[in-house]
Amino acid sequence: MVRPAHRRPGQSRKAQTSLFVAYVIAVTGAVAGLLLAILSVADPVGFAALRVASHEVTAPVARGTRSVIGSIAGVDDWVSAYVGAGSQNRRLRKELADTRRQLVATSALQEENRQLKALLKLQENDKAAVANGYLLTSTSTSSKRIALLSIGRNVGVASGQPVRGADGLIGRVLSSGPSVSQVLLLTDIDNIVPIRRARDGLPALANGRGNGDLDIRTLNIANNPFKPGDILVTSGTGGLYPPNIPVAIVVRRTSEGALARPLADPAQVDAVSVLRAYTPDNIEAQPVPAPVPASTPAP
Amino acid sequence: MNRTDTRRLGEPASLWRMRIVPIASVMIASALPLMLPMVASSPVLPPLGLLFFLCWQLLRIEMWPVWIGLPLGLWDDLFSGAPIGSAIALWTFASIAVHYFSQRIYWRGFFHDWAIAALLVAAIQSFAALIAHPDAHMGKVLGLVAPQIIVSALLVPLFMRLTGMFDNFRLKRR
Repeated sequence: MVRPAHRRPGQSRKAQTSLFVAYVIAVTGAVAGLLLAILSVADPVGFAALRVASHEVTAPVARGTRSVIGSIAGVDDWVSAYVGAGSQNRRLRKELADTRRQLVATSALQEENRQLKALLKLQENDKAAVANGYLLTSTSTSSKRIALLSIGRNVGVASGQPVRGADGLIGRVLSSGPSVSQVLLLTDIDNIVPIRRARDGLPALANGRGNGDLDIRTLNIANNPFKPGDILVTSGTGGLYPPNIPVAIVVRRTSEGALARPLADPAQVDAVSVLRAYTPDNIEAQPVPAPVPASTPAP
Repeated sequence: MNRTDTRRLGEPASLWRMRIVPIASVMIASALPLMLPMVASSPVLPPLGLLFFLCWQLLRIEMWPVWIGLPLGLWDDLFSGAPIGSAIALWTFASIAVHYFSQRIYWRGFFHDWAIAALLVAAIQSFAALIAHPDAHMGKVLGLVAPQIIVSALLVPLFMRLTGMFDNFRLKRR
């Protein structure tokens, strides 16, 4: 039993006034805080400096704990993996058989593609990364999915640059501080990525669900063309993410489109690279690719 | 060796310790999730700072002024990833609510405290998510924080115990 508090100020005029003033401060401050929240939703960049400053403080600790115990990779993933182990095993075996078949077909296509590209003297866009770093930690108590990247303005990271891991897209830089920067993960509710299906270039939009999955919506709503196993890559539309970065794999169809799982799991990637934003200036500024002789033997 | 200890037996704890322990526990708990090497794909951790904040107020209602949610909420906003200002407002409203409950329910028991804390955590986490994602589908946003709210509600007794331990340390006499 908690002892009842003596909140009644009694006859003392001073105590009455101070209690009243405390409530006035609290209510005024709370209303101001609410306005501040609405402002910072409307203009997230304006308040980013405050948050970056606080993250600069915790980053050394995060670096330390990371080096000591390594990354605690996706606790929630472990749990769900145990729950769905049996059906997942069956499904994966089936997928593996399908994938083997496709791999054979794809490797032939790849070779053909390489030769054709060499004939056209084309080269993949220079995707040289701005810098490489690793994800230190992320917010885990709120509905925002923001991760902390171990590099910042000191190596040229700026807001708006896409971030990718070896397996696929991770997200984009939200704001960068002197030595750390914040990455809005692909799975955040507010992160929308223009994508296309790798197989036939069907355009769509990927929208985070906030729980690790993505909602895929097609631009044409006449029918639902997705099938489980479809691979989705960035389309380059909209000019932020460069084209052809793997994004997600379709898990199942939904009424509005499909549910997909990101190919790169931010909890398990070791290193990520920050790419240049895919804007007209950056595309033109890239060096003209040197022509590749068609008959260069692979070393 | 021979220095005489001027403190007397049974002397109350220092004023500094009595003031700093509660505030430091809330601040450290708020900042802790960003110090763990964990990249979460959903809100997996309960709001540690908020739970300590509510438990301290339920345990010692007269310890803090009613506006204490303003500075502590700002601190939590810096680390939680929610839009800055949302915890300032919501924590202060929670503080006012706790004061109201403590006047209405004069002799509060354990289950009263548990219910109040669970209710406030649910309200704060839901409103914070709705403020952070104004354009998203409402049911989807609430579904996202629902598991976290359930876990937090179940963890309230543990945090009450921890707060009690800190309180014993805070007031420990020589």
